[in-house]
Amino acid sequence: MAETPLLTLTGITKRFPGVVANRDINLAIQRGEIHAIVGENGAGKSTLMRIIAGLYQPDEGQIILDGRRIQMRGPRDAARLGIGMVHQHFMLIPRFTVAENIVLGEEHARGGIFSPREAEARIRELAAQYQFELDPTELVENLSVGAQQRVELLKVLYRGASIIILDEPTAVLVPHEVEELFANLQSLRQAGKTIIFISHKLDEVLEIADRITVLRAGRVIGTVPASQATKEQLAEMMVGRPVLFHLEKPPVKLGGPPIGVLEVRDLTVLGAHRREAVSGVSFVVRQCEILGVAGVEGNGQTELVEGIMGLRPVARGKVILLGRDITGRPPSTIRNSGVAFIPEDRQRQGLVLPMSVWENAMLGYHRATEYRRGVFYDLGRIKDRVRSLIRTYDVRTPDINGRVETLSGGNQQKLILAKEMSSSPTAIVASQPTRGLDVGATEFVWQRLLAARAEGLAILLVSADLEEVLALSDRVIVMYRGQIVTEFVPGTLPATTIGEYMLGIRRDTPAPVGGEKA
Amino acid sequence: MHPDLILAAGVSSPAIADAVASAIRLTTPLLLTALGAVFTERGGVVNIGLEGMMIFGAFWSAWGAYTYGPLAGLAIGAVAGAIMALVHAIVSVTFRVDQIVSGVAINTLAYGLVRVASQALFHSATTSPSVPSLPRIDVPVLDQIPALQPLMANLSPLIVFAFVLVPVSWWVLNRTVFGLRLRSVGENPLAADTLGINVVLMRYSGVLISGLLAGLAGGYLAVEQTSMYVEGMTAGRGFVALAAMIFGNWTPVGAMFASLLFGLADSLSIRVTIPHVPYQFVNSLPYILTIVVLAGAVGHARAPAADGVPYERSGE
Ligand SMILES: Nc1ncnc2c1ncn2[C@@H]1O[C@H](COP(=O)(O)OP(=O)(O)O)[C@@H](O)[C@H]1O
Ligand SMILES: [Mg+2]
Repeated sequence: MAETPLLTLTGITKRFPGVVANRDINLAIQRGEIHAIVGENGAGKSTLMRIIAGLYQPDEGQIILDGRRIQMRGPRDAARLGIGMVHQHFMLIPRFTVAENIVLGEEHARGGIFSPREAEARIRELAAQYQFELDPTELVENLSVGAQQRVELLKVLYRGASIIILDEPTAVLVPHEVEELFANLQSLRQAGKTIIFISHKLDEVLEIADRITVLRAGRVIGTVPASQATKEQLAEMMVGRPVLFHLEKPPVKLGGPPIGVLEVRDLTVLGAHRREAVSGVSFVVRQCEILGVAGVEGNGQTELVEGIMGLRPVARGKVILLGRDITGRPPSTIRNSGVAFIPEDRQRQGLVLPMSVWENAMLGYHRATEYRRGVFYDLGRIKDRVRSLIRTYDVRTPDINGRVETLSGGNQQKLILAKEMSSSPTAIVASQPTRGLDVGATEFVWQRLLAARAEGLAILLVSADLEEVLALSDRVIVMYRGQIVTEFVPGTLPATTIGEYMLGIRRDTPAPVGGEKA
Repeated sequence: MHPDLILAAGVSSPAIADAVASAIRLTTPLLLTALGAVFTERGGVVNIGLEGMMIFGAFWSAWGAYTYGPLAGLAIGAVAGAIMALVHAIVSVTFRVDQIVSGVAINTLAYGLVRVASQALFHSATTSPSVPSLPRIDVPVLDQIPALQPLMANLSPLIVFAFVLVPVSWWVLNRTVFGLRLRSVGENPLAADTLGINVVLMRYSGVLISGLLAGLAGGYLAVEQTSMYVEGMTAGRGFVALAAMIFGNWTPVGAMFASLLFGLADSLSIRVTIPHVPYQFVNSLPYILTIVVLAGAVGHARAPAADGVPYERSGE
């Protein structure tokens, strides 16, 4: 390109203990473009952005802004140079108003006296300038996630940023919020801002970006104009090999009629405020089958799973595993009787983050006598086993004694899979198993679930990602307000009809009188 | 004081005004300390060392008043409280020791140090000689109304100061840059840090303000209320003030009303005797009230999000 870039990185290297997060990165960002950075989890995207935003100092290499070499000692230096970053995890104060959150640290107050009204007026003006819909007097805790993100964007704009970095901004948004965000980004670009946008969702990147840079294992694999890129090509650059977007789901042949493995009969589970979150739900998951549970989040899926796993008291009904009633038994009993569990929140329910990889892999089996020597654990044996597990499940960690929180999301999920599948279960309850995972890790999880299905397991798959449910399941049930509103085989219903079921516009089962059962 | 007064129907209005006046006098040390507690906790540092800071303030203000007069004595008491608070800040903010542990240590330390100092300076581990108080003030005009006289005349200036400090504290917290930043580090120190706010400085400020005010409250007890230092004179008021601050939902005005409630209970407990009820029961009223109120308040009150959580920069 003829134009001289606004921001140039040359030879940037950043090391952390045990990993090289960025390796000899060369990157040029043009003035006024939306530049996407894609890569799998752990590819080094966030690290690179933090270097540009002044949060980390590179070990090697140079940053050139507008032809001048710059060195930053902190985010304030970056802000002074017009670089601002919206972090993956929002840095907001829920009990402050929108205006307070934005002006904090740059209050422009005379004599140390802070006037909320003046701050609100200033922010109202700023929001109007970029056509952002936002009430500066509202408390941030009352805002939707999408609106909170607009607050973060305004924080950066308020500080006069001309280069705006967004770290996985869409990971937390629902589809219509993504559209709003993209509209906001377009208007920022029109206002002459330069935007660097991180994602691992390729469809999005192709929609919004002008150019796309792919990172893999800390290196730049290449930069391509979005107009000339394809999803397949980008995925291959990210992962380093061709990626399947269409799953092979071979029919499984059984000797006889399929046996029902996990049965739920008229299950009612109470949720928050003792309201019925699951109301009289019944289904059977059979051998060699994946039963998908679709639905808009918050329609009782979480409570259903917790009711089955014994994590939440069951108000009525039964959970039956291979003819045995396991309703309301302690979670450890339910797991020991053969139900593997992949929880929806892997960081809070699935793992103990500050504990080591091997300790986490052992949790749930810590009572097993085979890993004991007298009253002590047989550490040698345990660690050997954990090593072989993480090899089989391709968990990438430099050291099994390291804390689990240092692993990427994909590797954390692989560790959970490894732990859960190693007990030879007969059924799997998987809740949002690929949430937040990149292409490679998602593919891995899918392959594992399909392999388990081929081995004869019964799998209950709960996911907010409709495409995932449709791709993996043999049968799908749709939940709406705690009830099953329909059941179908993927491929037999158009997406719009499924959407109507999910939104409660359509239902096959009669609606209960008065909305709730007596 | 007057355990002979029996509360019964038809108590004369001067007696009620008298009881209210006593309640307000007893509220003052609670209020000062509770306002300080609002500052430290809104900045994210739990300070259960307030009791120790009050003890320290009580002793050193008595010494100061004995040596240099009442005004200097109160100032010395406040500074003494702040010195204890500085210890708490260094231990819990800079070195990130658990704030409860640090607070307990402060209480123990203050108690021990004061005994030693009292022995050295007054040749008695438990009491000081009598010390002078500030001149009393009368509220003009209102002190002429007989019914209000006990409330409006012959007041310690510190009482007026404590109540004036309520709107001032509200203003500082909500209408100054300092207050905004202090609250931000109590809610989300990481967010504040990324915006260039000096988290450590803010938290030190909050803790030091609480120490100054707790020390002053101790000074009120010794110099203004009793005219001498007596061991144990704080009688757990640092903890009661903490409860008042929580019951007052971490706000200055709330803390004032809660302090008044506790002050009233305190005043009734020393003025009221009920036939056939052992006086110990009545005396324990303020403490029972503290427990009941806290148990009831837990569901409604909302602490700052990062209250009690040490802040450590990560990453770099
Ligand atoms: N503060 C840190 N300390 C140690 N290792 C880190 C730190 N931040 C990132 N890493 C490691 O650097 C690599 C790149 O991480 P990151 O930049 O977060 O990747 P991405 O954002 O692409 O998912 C990972 O292996 C990660 O574990
Ligand atoms: Mg990242």
